[in-house]
Amino acid sequence: MNKFAISVRNVAKDFPVGDDNIRVLHDINVDVNAGELTYLVGESGSGKTTLISIIAGILYPTQGKVRVFDTEIYDLSDNELVRFRLSTIGFIFQQYNLIPTLTAAENAAIPLIADGMKRAEAVERARVLLDKLNIANQGDKFPRQLSGGQQQRVAIARALVHEPRLIVCDEPTAALDAKSGRRVMDLLREVALAEDRAVIIVTHDNRIFDLADRILAMEDGRIIHDGRDKAILMQEDA
Amino acid sequence: MNWVAIRMLTGDKVKFIGLVFGVAFSTLLITQQLTIFVNLIFRGGVAVQEVTTANVWVMDPATRTADVIYPMPITALDRVRSVPGVAYASPLLRSNASIRTPEGDLEGVTVIGVDDSSLVGIPRRMSEGDAMRLMDPDAVFIDDVGSRKLFAPGQKVIGSQLELNDQRAIIKGIVDSTPTFTAQVTLYTRYSNALNFVPGTRNRLSFVLVRGDDKVSPDTLARRITQQTGLKARTTEEFTRDGVDFIIENTGIPINFGITVVLGVIVGVAIVGLTFSLFIRDNIKQFGALKAIGVTNRKIMVMVAAQSGLVALIGYGLGFAMAAGFIGAGAATGEDFKGFYMPYQIPMITAALVLAIIALTGFIAIRSVLKTDPASVFR
Repeated sequence: MNKFAISVRNVAKDFPVGDDNIRVLHDINVDVNAGELTYLVGESGSGKTTLISIIAGILYPTQGKVRVFDTEIYDLSDNELVRFRLSTIGFIFQQYNLIPTLTAAENAAIPLIADGMKRAEAVERARVLLDKLNIANQGDKFPRQLSGGQQQRVAIARALVHEPRLIVCDEPTAALDAKSGRRVMDLLREVALAEDRAVIIVTHDNRIFDLADRILAMEDGRIIHDGRDKAILMQEDA
Repeated sequence: MNWVAIRMLTGDKVKFIGLVFGVAFSTLLITQQLTIFVNLIFRGGVAVQEVTTANVWVMDPATRTADVIYPMPITALDRVRSVPGVAYASPLLRSNASIRTPEGDLEGVTVIGVDDSSLVGIPRRMSEGDAMRLMDPDAVFIDDVGSRKLFAPGQKVIGSQLELNDQRAIIKGIVDSTPTFTAQVTLYTRYSNALNFVPGTRNRLSFVLVRGDDKVSPDTLARRITQQTGLKARTTEEFTRDGVDFIIENTGIPINFGITVVLGVIVGVAIVGLTFSLFIRDNIKQFGALKAIGVTNRKIMVMVAAQSGLVALIGYGLGFAMAAGFIGAGAATGEDFKGFYMPYQIPMITAALVLAIIALTGFIAIRSVLKTDPASVFR
């Protein structure tokens, strides 16, 4: 039985354009279960990035409530929300956003260092994770010395090193070839998923649709498909 | 996180060196120019400070500095000596003259005539020769910087003959003194000799140098002399200050040096500001990612402050070392910088200006980081 992880209720988001506001999310209601790999798919401009930003606690909704592991995140103060993100959410970005002047191990250790852990201890813990991700021998290299797939693994290590319960990924396979992309998704499932954890992935990479436990499809700021019947989506996409 | 901030900064070597260079160059420019300015205007009071045996200078009320003089009649000396509290009073003549060097060149000099018997008025230290040789006929002492100006290295100075306003003068010693603001060659001679060397008007006495007895302070004695003689009397400190003030009020030096210091600040702000902005812009995605991950704005501000602080510390240290080396080497070897030193206030002023540069550029940089929306990392 999956445990409840995320609950989005009546969430809408407006962005100002000139003197007017444009509504990019319309009354979103969705629950995400723990222990599942959930995809958020849709065309560019469908609102999936806005929704994941709101779920991740980095973009305030215009209306509605978001509960992440029993915490109403937008009832928290700004500082509490930042603390909550640091302790509970791991981020994997499309462009990796690794710090070019830090080594792979140091990059992966950043959330621990930000949380106050001593550098040597944090880097040591990051190395353990890099080992799990099969790039232990790359720990002392700088991002520019790594391939795209290796950089993405470092980014995954950085997202997981502090053992967050929610992992949020933005197009994690967009810059990778099909084989590397599938390997990264396998790794995410293997390393990140657990009974008490949830992984949400924004993607429109149909090469990896079959790896999802559940797919939420968006269009024009609304969820138009919510289900586990991946074959339908894959067929439609084809 | 400061460690991460420092690694972010130092890892980008080109920008890091650019930032350090900007601060170092500003520090060098500001420190060096302020030091030269202060020492240059202090030279307006050097002629007074060289005479350590007197603590009150008496002069005609129209006289303004040691170089801007309205002579007094010699009777002023006795009037001053009659004032209670005066331990001794000596005449001093300061005037300009021309000399012809052994090579036939013409050079403007300052002639200083000191008391014939006590020699009060010559600098305390002799570089070469004995002070008593000034008692010889036609004897003059020359200042050490002036001697190097008039004579080639290795050329015999003591015993050399000069043609001073058509009169024979023989150099009998070299005094160790700091050049004055005009940087002219200075010749010291006895008062009676000076009257012959320097043609002039009826009144020839430039100053009366006074030492008070132990019971009266220089301030009190100066006021008493003025009250009883109608002459202007200034303590050594006051008259030194008068010389400095005269230069400040009557030359464009403060404005020129002020402009250079302002340029130093502007150059610093421009170089550091532009480079720091470029650095922040290049790393804005990383800062955004850090904010998304859960690094607070306060920590981000501390990170940028640590980066700015490191740049300020290294840049200021380098710039200050270069300025100190420049001034120190100049003072040790160069005639123009003889006696130059760096007052302790100058490094403090420079540090304050560097802090202002860093604070301004850091503030501009931090604004763009704080304004960065963490959600932008998903766009």
